[in-house]
Amino acid sequence: MALSRISLSDFRNHRQTGFDDTQQFNLLVGENGAGKTNVLEALSLFAPGRGLRRAGLAEMAGAAGRGGFAVAASLVPTDGGDAVRLATLVDPRRPGRRAVRINSGDASANSLGEWLALAWLTPAMDGLFMDSAGARRRYLDRLAVALDPAHARHVARYEAALRERNRLLTGERMPDPSWMDGLEKQLAAHGAALGGGRAALIAALRDELAQLPPEPFARPILSYVPGGPAEAEPLQIALREGRARERAAGRTLTGPHRDELDVVMSGKLAPAANCSTGEQKAMLIAITLAHAALAARGRPLVLLLDEVAAHLDPLRRAALFERLVHSGAQAWLTGTELPPFEPIRDRAAIWRVARGEAARID
Amino acid sequence: MASQEIERLAQALARLPGLGPRSARRAVLWLVKRRETSLVQLLDALADVRERLVECTTCGNVDTSDPCAICSDPRRDAKAICVVEDVADLWALDRAKLFTGTYHVLGGKLSALDGVRPEDLNIARLLARVEAGGVDEVVLAMNATLEGQTTAHYLAERLEEFPVRITQLAHGLPVGGELDYLDEGTLAQALRARRPVG
Repeated sequence: MALSRISLSDFRNHRQTGFDDTQQFNLLVGENGAGKTNVLEALSLFAPGRGLRRAGLAEMAGAAGRGGFAVAASLVPTDGGDAVRLATLVDPRRPGRRAVRINSGDASANSLGEWLALAWLTPAMDGLFMDSAGARRRYLDRLAVALDPAHARHVARYEAALRERNRLLTGERMPDPSWMDGLEKQLAAHGAALGGGRAALIAALRDELAQLPPEPFARPILSYVPGGPAEAEPLQIALREGRARERAAGRTLTGPHRDELDVVMSGKLAPAANCSTGEQKAMLIAITLAHAALAARGRPLVLLLDEVAAHLDPLRRAALFERLVHSGAQAWLTGTELPPFEPIRDRAAIWRVARGEAARID
Repeated sequence: MASQEIERLAQALARLPGLGPRSARRAVLWLVKRRETSLVQLLDALADVRERLVECTTCGNVDTSDPCAICSDPRRDAKAICVVEDVADLWALDRAKLFTGTYHVLGGKLSALDGVRPEDLNIARLLARVEAGGVDEVVLAMNATLEGQTTAHYLAERLEEFPVRITQLAHGLPVGGELDYLDEGTLAQALRARRPVG
């Protein structure tokens, strides 16, 4: 199954843009600011959540329109069965609400996830290995939630309990021991579930990545470095025993909020942060594809890859395209020029995007 | 520009939960137009509340008598105390008419971020009630939020020293709920809290 008969109405700079007769590879070529990423963002709304820019609904509504937008597409089965028509829109009369329709019936945004899996990679994620450990934890949690929605609840509960405990630690008075017990019990329960979710995610990604050849595409080796005891009971004990030290420090020093995702490039055995921009990009792509394969679980997979070819040399680009072919996923790729896509040009649908309009050029 | 009187009333109303300056001004205008009818009724009702309502010194409930109607009802089982965060929770539970014991209203929940400490809650009086004897069971009916559950853990620990049974409301499958639509966290709770049939 793949997305086809796509239409964008009043979506950012696209007044009325359509994409028909799509292929496994779909290329959007154009200058900076032409509206290529806007198309990927529109498609990313076929997943629950806020899309690939995490933007507000009002931001996505086109300036020329009346404050609403609509994105629609058909999910076409390869076996010739009936297509499923998906649409998501904001009615200008109800600007704060994103409506979803599946085969013309009202549906929830979550139910989109029953039909297809979407994954994306944007240049905004390029600095992941150089960024703070906190950014990598948020990244891990986003990936973990895609595999297990309950993970989100543990993240939220853990963070809320942590804020409460840190406030008690920094208070003028000695924290009430029973109050600390109550918070630590919840920190331990949700922290163990949170750490367990991250560890399971990384183990699954490791298995998936281990099946890939180490060359020519950089293969990342992931490891989970826990920030505290993994099980609930030892974590609760560590928190209780650390109170005096943590009161002096003014914050909680043990637990999954101190977790780290360690990434090393195989072969070179160099930490990802020390690798070249291109190698880092290749490793990010590898993780994104491995996670997408895990998260799809039998659903048709659509990959939105924004500017992925730019940092890769021809050899690695070819390896990426090869891998995308084997994934079976429908891929949407953007770029400022066509030549980097030469190896897949024959089997791709190509559009030139300019000033919010798209014209087929293949 | 609204007159000083209107502004003053609007500012007072704006602090009510769920209102805000804009809704408050709308309410004031509505009342001004009905000065002889609705406004008079409201004034009477407010004066009644101010004069007659008191907080029950036993349980913290709000009523026209102290002790409140629940605490002084001889048909109520004084051996069981159900602890709730707020009076609204007491009303919700009592609407169901299932709990035959008495209540205890904490007046909030522990929250370090909001600056609500144990001594800000009606906890000392709860401990005194239990310590005085004659209580077999304390039901902790806190909300299933982080703060609610922290408060429940806190109370459970403080009540440990007394010979009472400490229980908690069950978490899990809502009545009329469909498994297919429940999140994994709720399902896990429901499974953990499963019990023999019949």
